[in-house]
Amino acid sequence: MSTAYDADQVAKLPDERIISLTPDVWTQPFWDAAAHHRLVVPRCTACGTFRLPPSAFCWKCRAQEIEWVEHDGRGAVYSFTIVWHPLLPDVADSVPYVPAVVELPNTNACRLVGAMVDTRLSDMRIGLNVELVWRDVEGGVAVPTWRPAEGE
Amino acid sequence: MTLQDKAAVVGVGSTPYYKRGRSLPQTPFELAGKAVLAAVEDAGLTIDDVDGLALYSMGLGGDTSLFAQVLGIPEVRFTATLTGGGGGAAGSVGLAAAAISSGMAECVVSLMTLQQAASRFGASYAPRGKPGAQYSAPPSPEGNFIQPAGLMGPGQMFAVLTQRHFHLYGTKREHLAEVAISTRENAIKRETSIMQNPLTLDDYFNARLIAEPLCLYDFCLECDGAVAVVTTTAERAKDLRHPPAYVRASAHGGNGRWGQAIVWMGMPDEEYASSGHRPVAKRMYEMAGLGPSDVDVALLYDHFSPMVLMQLEDYGFCGIGESGPFVESGAIRWPNGSLPVNTHGGNLSEAYIIGMTHVREAVEQIRGTAVNQVEGCEVALATGGPASIPVSGLLLTKETG
Ligand SMILES: [Zn+2]
Repeated sequence: MSTAYDADQVAKLPDERIISLTPDVWTQPFWDAAAHHRLVVPRCTACGTFRLPPSAFCWKCRAQEIEWVEHDGRGAVYSFTIVWHPLLPDVADSVPYVPAVVELPNTNACRLVGAMVDTRLSDMRIGLNVELVWRDVEGGVAVPTWRPAEGE
Repeated sequence: MTLQDKAAVVGVGSTPYYKRGRSLPQTPFELAGKAVLAAVEDAGLTIDDVDGLALYSMGLGGDTSLFAQVLGIPEVRFTATLTGGGGGAAGSVGLAAAAISSGMAECVVSLMTLQQAASRFGASYAPRGKPGAQYSAPPSPEGNFIQPAGLMGPGQMFAVLTQRHFHLYGTKREHLAEVAISTRENAIKRETSIMQNPLTLDDYFNARLIAEPLCLYDFCLECDGAVAVVTTTAERAKDLRHPPAYVRASAHGGNGRWGQAIVWMGMPDEEYASSGHRPVAKRMYEMAGLGPSDVDVALLYDHFSPMVLMQLEDYGFCGIGESGPFVESGAIRWPNGSLPVNTHGGNLSEAYIIGMTHVREAVEQIRGTAVNQVEGCEVALATGGPASIPVSGLLLTKETG
């Protein structure tokens, strides 16, 4: 892409007023672990397939039982966008922010979406190695965000 | 047995197209009724002939029961709606043909009514529920896995797919610009179009970025209006006012793991940077006994310009990943390109009535009455989506197969 950035322009975070979690029985354990800054990914105990978001059935073998496997939160950017136009007044002061889809290794390519932090816009690229940073928001909740891994 | 050539589109009608909110104080039902009455009139039929409704998304702006009561439809024999959203646009006519070919109904209306005064699709996945927060969609357990990143509008989500397409295939903003500019060129030749000024490459690159790599001109319009089409049996179609536009084939759906697509981002790697239309295109062509080289005009759902590129690939007009150079060659320009695309000006520049304008244009191209007529047009493709499944395709033809 041909867009040139101010060399030091850094991604902001979308205002936390847009964050509102409504877990169900299948996603609650993910958010419980998140609140303790632990990333867990559900794995089918029958066939070993991971699935995100957590859901009632294994899409591969249709079994229901899962185990929660700890993940180190390292991955690589699969794709992203840089949001310049705030869709809501709530995020008017938050642009540019950068939602990134990140593929998690060792999870049969499960993807987890989060905004970038501590990232220069000019450094954003597909394949960027990132690590998870938990973002604590109101109500004892934490959501995933990403920052470039050391060495990037 | 398939629905091939069992039914034909015989009437089209619409209200004027309005900028968002300008259709007030008309009600959505009023817009819908005007479009339907215009479509049956165009066919040379009356509302007494209508016995079915085949819809998608929230096509009526209300329920069939009240609509039939208000318009005085004598007897409703079929009423159904495809699940999902805008992806059902072309498929709703396939649904009408399914009803007709199965004998459940004989004269079926498909339509879309849109009044964006109260709701804006641009933020349709923005979470609600927080005191003081602006909102649109109710939060869901699945949505919790994308909304906190600030992904709350379809344009932002499709931007993520587009970025991946750029990465994999070297697609560039110039290619998106060609879609926006060629569509605008078509739109400005039509009185009905909302956008009436030419768009230059400079305008495109000077426009504000919305969600990279997409800028303002990669986004469709926000409109009010209604468009309806009437489908009946191939037999009856022969005696009506206009030449029939035969439903050669239609398919809707998609691969199961395309699923909710942009609102979960977990689509399989091999179809992530796509429109999700590949399986639908395959089934549609098989039913038709036709292929991409038979298509004379393509009316491709264009809520966002990059999704025209990806549909060109998924419907086989060029190889996977080759849509950038394909459009760069002038292929999609009317009248001289090898495959004129969105001759009506599309969702991008004529009007966004969630894809129903594409069906209307396909019919007019087959009749030979389009404003930007493709000479000798025998086969027209209209599509709905990409979106969550279903996405859909429709092939209309001048002659039966
Ligand atoms: Zn399994």
